[in-house]
Amino acid sequence: MANVSIHDFHGGLILDDHKALSTQHPIAPVYLPKTLVVPLQQHIGQIADPCVKVGDHVLKGQLIAKASEYVSANIHAPSSGTITAIDEQPIAHPSGLNALCISITCDGNDKWTNLPDSILDWESTEPQLIRDRLRQSGIVGLGGAVFPTAVKTNTQNKPVNTLILNASECEPYITCDDMLMRTDPEKIVTGAKILQHIVGAKKILIGIEENKPQAIEALNHAINNTDIEIIVVPNKYPSGGEKQLIHLLTGIEVPSQGLPLDVGILCQNVGTCVAVAEAVLEGKPFIDRIVTLTGDALAKPQNVRALIGTSIHELIEHHSGFAKACQRTLMGGPMMGFSLPDIDRPIAKGSNCVLSLHEVEPTQEPQPCIRCGECVKVCPALLLPQQLYWYAKSHNFDQAQDHHLFDCIECGCCAHVCPSKIPLVQYYRFAKTEIWASEREKQQSDLARRRHEFRDARLARLEAERKARLRKKKEVLENKPKAKGDDPKKAAIEAAMKRVAAKKAAQAAEEKSS
Amino acid sequence: MSSMISSPHQHDSNSVQSIMATVLLALLPGIAALVWLLGNGVLINLGIAIVSALLSEWVFLRFRGRNPVTAVTDLSAVLTAVLLALALPPLMPAWQVALGTIFAIVVGKQLFGGIGNNPFNPAMLGYALLLISFPASMSQWIQPQSAASNLDFSQAWQLAVDGVLPAAMAWDSMTGATPLSEVREGLLQHSMLSELHPDGSWSNLTSSGWAWVSLAYLAGGAFLILKGIMSWRIPLSLLASVTIVSGLLWLIDSNQFASPLFHLFSGAVMLGAFFIATDPVSASTTPKGQLIFGALIGFFIVIIRTWGGYPDAVAFSVLLLNMAAPTIDYYTQPRVFGGER
Amino acid sequence: MLSGILTLTALSLIFGLLLGYTAIRFRVEGDPIADQIDALLPQTQCGQCSYAGCRPYAEAIANGEAEINRCPPGGEVTMIALAELLGRDPMPLEDEEAAAKPKAVAIIIEKDCIGCTLCIQACPVDAILGAAKQMHTVIEAECTGCELCIPPCPVECIEMVPIKDTTDTWRWPLPNQNSAEVSHG
Repeated sequence: MANVSIHDFHGGLILDDHKALSTQHPIAPVYLPKTLVVPLQQHIGQIADPCVKVGDHVLKGQLIAKASEYVSANIHAPSSGTITAIDEQPIAHPSGLNALCISITCDGNDKWTNLPDSILDWESTEPQLIRDRLRQSGIVGLGGAVFPTAVKTNTQNKPVNTLILNASECEPYITCDDMLMRTDPEKIVTGAKILQHIVGAKKILIGIEENKPQAIEALNHAINNTDIEIIVVPNKYPSGGEKQLIHLLTGIEVPSQGLPLDVGILCQNVGTCVAVAEAVLEGKPFIDRIVTLTGDALAKPQNVRALIGTSIHELIEHHSGFAKACQRTLMGGPMMGFSLPDIDRPIAKGSNCVLSLHEVEPTQEPQPCIRCGECVKVCPALLLPQQLYWYAKSHNFDQAQDHHLFDCIECGCCAHVCPSKIPLVQYYRFAKTEIWASEREKQQSDLARRRHEFRDARLARLEAERKARLRKKKEVLENKPKAKGDDPKKAAIEAAMKRVAAKKAAQAAEEKSS
Repeated sequence: MSSMISSPHQHDSNSVQSIMATVLLALLPGIAALVWLLGNGVLINLGIAIVSALLSEWVFLRFRGRNPVTAVTDLSAVLTAVLLALALPPLMPAWQVALGTIFAIVVGKQLFGGIGNNPFNPAMLGYALLLISFPASMSQWIQPQSAASNLDFSQAWQLAVDGVLPAAMAWDSMTGATPLSEVREGLLQHSMLSELHPDGSWSNLTSSGWAWVSLAYLAGGAFLILKGIMSWRIPLSLLASVTIVSGLLWLIDSNQFASPLFHLFSGAVMLGAFFIATDPVSASTTPKGQLIFGALIGFFIVIIRTWGGYPDAVAFSVLLLNMAAPTIDYYTQPRVFGGER
Repeated sequence: MLSGILTLTALSLIFGLLLGYTAIRFRVEGDPIADQIDALLPQTQCGQCSYAGCRPYAEAIANGEAEINRCPPGGEVTMIALAELLGRDPMPLEDEEAAAKPKAVAIIIEKDCIGCTLCIQACPVDAILGAAKQMHTVIEAECTGCELCIPPCPVECIEMVPIKDTTDTWRWPLPNQNSAEVSHG
């Protein structure tokens, strides 16, 4: 462990971490449920396209949905069974809305499909090929952002100086990374080295909070004989925020609205490292993850390995059961998680924690903002939360953007300290989604305007062509010299008239003669 | 509107009420000192102000169709009333005290939209109204440690509410100049400070007792800063600015301009620095802005005291800077994380 | 007195020249106002404002012939934006009910379609695909919800279907406002 000084970030909070609640037992093994409901959108980017149909039998690890665009991820069957439905099902999302899912009835055999070959010589393999393997395996960032790892590690030849492993797990209650580090530190290191090879990083740093002594010790053993450095950071929320961790470990500030790649840094969660190692060395697609089941409502809070698509209700009932009535269930931690209306929703790739609370703070009615400035003191992004609040509330979205609304990481520190109990983060989320919605509407209306103008132009063109045709015809008619032979129509009429006249004359002659 | 619950799902235990209560607690030493100095009249002013503030807030909230209970129990109206009452001369006619308080609450706070929306400090708005409308009663300060300040409660009540002077006392014998107005009058009549205060202005303040009141406010303010309720920026910049500006003038001519010590401990500078200028709603909110805000208030206090039309200038300086606070905020936006240095 | 008149005349000449110079020198080439208004309108081209599309309505507003509250698809947001652009007072929408209707897209019931092309000719943004005696289909992504295709259809086979929120388009709602708070709206 290096004695490196850390560069503290502004603001943040020291919170009770409640970690001991869920670290009393080792990680529980996988539970195989009867049904799996696998959402098709578990990642940032475009929804995956199903490549199976209802009635198909699939094997464990078989591809069931393909990444539809570049920023998208593959989805694999977490167990063997039959596809019973591809339709909208309830999923774990703040809106509570349903989304497209593939439902599988498991046959209980848990039979693996043929996995792709292990890439044991990854050190001498082209990074592009390893990225392809990550893409093939549907790996996404497990720190909460669920960004497709194959896209994130495509540095497009930008130099990467440092690969940072995010082991800080700063949010209270969540311990899945902690337990993973205690159990599988070697895989983390291997995964990190594979990532280092892909992006060409010169060094690897691990940032971990000081409240995880066993994990630090385990990692220390695993990094023997490597030049990976572990830097222990103080227990301050949100030290696990990507930009905050980068600042802590290197003192570098990622530019506002920019990416860590712009300053030569790449950050990956330790869980992602394990998934990378398994994908490369075993060909294993991403089909399960460690979930922290915790909260004072549970009988046996612990970390469990869960198949993607397992119902949260079943998972809790199987591993722990409820000791007390659960007043609120959160997907995620108490600072950034969202509440679930019910627990009959599936675990997805980004589900790191399910927090079942028996005792909940009484909901207090928000008071008006007294501009006390507590929020400014704790904001890790150095924003002015109260200004953003006033602008969001008055729908003044231009000003909110000018005050760097999109730099807000929604960590919740500001709302935590607000004496008026204003739900500040919801105001910022409201403003952000309104801005995105109005951008979409603007695009739509611009498209409609172009189409309308094109249509008007098309109709005008048709009209002009028609007029031109008529005019031409008229000209042709007018310019023709009035010669019999030249005008077949006129000639025909004259011939007809002549015939009629002849006929009449013949008739008259006949009458005369009879 | 929806009843969605957004993250975070846990909060700190502080509240608006607890903050106001702590500020009121920090004012107790100052209140005690003022009562010791000027007698029961102070308590009567406090009582009338608090009652009129709570009543007017309650009534006006009902007019606005809002729930009055939460707004009234957050103690912000009480704080406004206390600050205004401490700035007013004791034994002032009660109806004037009530009028000033009602103006402060209704016009200064409720008409703008209630707590959090007022651009001006409500207490200072009430003070300004009284000063301009009733200049006579606002300049009648009773002499400290005199028969006037030793009136018992019922006598003081009778005087304030009914206007009945106690037996064998006349206004002329009860009132006297405050140190500030004394200096001001004297300088206007072209006397020299050395003549007015042969022992120096500081000893005049301590001998008349006003310094102790200011010190009590200073102690309360320091308590609030140490507890983290208040930022150090506005008080420090205000006091520093008063010291520097008055110090420069005093160095130029110590007979025409009072010493920094005099300015700091006379009048309402300490009360203003720690309790009035720091009202978060009407002050500047950015860190750099707060320094500028406090410094400019201090500057104007000295300027208006020296060359303006009133002996004490805290109220007007604060109101002036309340007007400027949004502009100051606009030009002192702090750098964002990852923003250009 | 003469000197006063001369001074004032001279001053006004100088300032007049200065103003004229700055008006020409610092002139900002901006969009004509009708273009700016058109940029704010939702381009539904529905005609509910009683003008034949968004551009004619924009020009009518620019000429002062129309009020800014006639666009139901734009709703209050558009009216406020127009009010800000033109410096006019916001006013209540002319047809609140129409403005409150949820956004919808048209869908053709294919089994009833007779291929008459009347709806294709009516659509202001060419969002209907088809030809004479061939199936007609509304391109959902292009439909603005203007409903101009519904009256011409002789077999009434076009329906408006409200657009549902998906997890992609869902928006966080504004938090509950406390009764003690003032809404800024």
